[in-house]
Amino acid sequence: MNKLNISPRVTGQPVSNKTSDLVKASLAKRHAAERRFKRYGIAAVLLSLTFLLLLFGSIFSKGYTAFQQTYMKLDIYFDANILDPLGQRDIKKLSGADYNALVKATLRIQFPTVKNRSDKRALYGLVSNGANFMLRDMVLTDTSIIDHSKSIWVPASDDVDMLIKGHIDRAVPEENRRLKDNQIQWIDQLIAENALEKRFNSLFFTSGDSRDPELAGIMGALVGSCLTLLITLLLSFPIGVATAIYLEEFAPRNGWTDFIEVNINNLAAVPSIIFGLLGLAVFINFFELPRSAPLIGGLVLALMTLPTIIIASRAALRSVPPSIREAALGIGASKMQTIFFHVLPLAMPGMLTGTIIGMAQALGESAPLLMIGMVAFIVDIPNGFFDPATVLPVQIFLWADSPERAFVERTSAAIMVLLLFLIAMNLIAVLLRKRFERRW
Amino acid sequence: MFQTATEQESVIIPRNTLFINQKEASQGATVNRESRETVGQVKVNNPRISCHNVNVFYGAKQAINNINLDIGHNEVIALIGPSGCGKSTLLRCLNRMNDTIDGCHVTGEIFINNQNINNREIDVVPLRAQVGMVFQKPNPFPKSIYENIAFGPRIHGLANSKQDIEEIVVTSLQKTGLWNEVKDRLEQPGISLSGGQQQRLCIARTIAVSPEIILMDEPCSALDPIGTAKIEELMDELRAQYTIVIVTHSMQQAARVSQRTAYFHMGDLIEVGTTKQIFTSPLHQLTEDYITGRFG
Repeated sequence: MNKLNISPRVTGQPVSNKTSDLVKASLAKRHAAERRFKRYGIAAVLLSLTFLLLLFGSIFSKGYTAFQQTYMKLDIYFDANILDPLGQRDIKKLSGADYNALVKATLRIQFPTVKNRSDKRALYGLVSNGANFMLRDMVLTDTSIIDHSKSIWVPASDDVDMLIKGHIDRAVPEENRRLKDNQIQWIDQLIAENALEKRFNSLFFTSGDSRDPELAGIMGALVGSCLTLLITLLLSFPIGVATAIYLEEFAPRNGWTDFIEVNINNLAAVPSIIFGLLGLAVFINFFELPRSAPLIGGLVLALMTLPTIIIASRAALRSVPPSIREAALGIGASKMQTIFFHVLPLAMPGMLTGTIIGMAQALGESAPLLMIGMVAFIVDIPNGFFDPATVLPVQIFLWADSPERAFVERTSAAIMVLLLFLIAMNLIAVLLRKRFERRW
Repeated sequence: MFQTATEQESVIIPRNTLFINQKEASQGATVNRESRETVGQVKVNNPRISCHNVNVFYGAKQAINNINLDIGHNEVIALIGPSGCGKSTLLRCLNRMNDTIDGCHVTGEIFINNQNINNREIDVVPLRAQVGMVFQKPNPFPKSIYENIAFGPRIHGLANSKQDIEEIVVTSLQKTGLWNEVKDRLEQPGISLSGGQQQRLCIARTIAVSPEIILMDEPCSALDPIGTAKIEELMDELRAQYTIVIVTHSMQQAARVSQRTAYFHMGDLIEVGTTKQIFTSPLHQLTEDYITGRFG
């Protein structure tokens, strides 16, 4: 029995004071390190929250005005001599009539003192081009309105809107101002007559893109994004999950599967514009599918999203406890039954998380879509997967690129819509995950 | 019961005492400690399971060496031995669960009802229905108690109507003595039960597909004494209908529940015999060392 080998604990001797002092000294240091680390963490969270608030604050403060639009009251006389000089009431001819002349005539009556040609043009510039379309729609739905008078609210031009919202400074010298002195005078007159007011901008939510900011809406891009993401989801989720199941559960471990795995991991890191080029070369140039279509956008984004979904799904499958597999195999379930009845339901929350990350990425992606022509200026709201369309991030990019002041607030508003879309998507994912989540 | 290596090092026992004890205990044993030949009664008449020259390799490493062992009808056989001796590996050969392990390779013949099951051409699905398995840690499916039991009969097509399945669920729960405890909450998740109840649920799930043989891999190691007692009682009742092979680390348990015992050491089957004989007069020195707590 060698006494040197015996620790104090075994012999029952009290632990020496020196040791406990050393422990105490190191304890203070350890606690300090712990507190420091906690503070770092809190500081990091606060910093990121600050930036997030800054971002949201700036987007919201710039964008909320876009939800209102200045409208102008016009007492329009639907003059039969202008619209339908022959009195045929032919819908085809009526739709091609000069509605602009009605607006001009109304303005001339409202401001009888304006005689000069260039002044007249300035006056006409106060009303948006959208007024023509509004009048046309009114006439086409009900031709009996012809030869009658009606007071209607039409969108004012973006410059008027900007002045009302305070984005055009009256103090700026006239030559540097978008609105001239006489225009401001007329606007003041309209305000005094209560013929100018801000209303909820429903056009923003119901119309497609436009060169005129006051007519530009997000609906086209929103529908385009929905259609594109639908294609992406329908393609990438089943293919991604099936790939993950095969690689994780069925494939033999050999050089080939290693090779495939390395390539999938690499694909997840490939810049998205490369996928856009691939889409351009394969889908548009080789298969000659229509450009700018949500179908192609969805295909390209599906390619881009697949690696994310596969990697997340494989991780989810791997995290299912082997005891569940053994239990199912132990009572004679086949491999398929084990996977589909027991492994997959448990892996589903993880798979959905991966999918939503991939879909969020796809929703915010613009680079690959530029390559396949979804950057085009598209006014019509797409009706199907083959119609030309654009998507929210591309719309934001287009508006941010436009020179008109009124597009600034619309850009921010579009970002808000994109964020809301994202939140809605995440919410659905969270709800789905809750449904599938089980304890084990 | 058995000392771990670290305990042996830290607790100081005078060397000479150890030798004296060993000598006293080894009076009955006749087979030398170095011998790796299986001693005892390997063969039985009309065996249900019969292993011939079974070897298992994990990659290049051989886990069990040339095992020959018969298991009769309606008996409980306990496989005992120190950790890593290959008893669980042999157990998992009997329903081909080793197939699920990458790089695991089994040679030799295992006859169940005179059919060699260690054959690529044998379908494991009916085999595993015939040879059920209960695992070390209770592993109910994360579904309701009812679904846990109904899954097996459903996938095997043992019952077609809802009533038939319900009947199987009820009888299985009754056989495992769980019925009275859970009859009011069949829709609750299996995980909500206590550990012992979960393990009995797993046994009920196993017998719901009417197997002939039940393999149990340390079924009580995660349970408290009361849960253990209930399972042991249950095994005694099930013996009337099923052949049970149990791997256990508890020698008392082996002594309590089994009729025959097989002792494994480092991948070799050292000794097989009736439980009484193994625990009272072992033939092999290693068996003797193990059951008297010389090592473990």
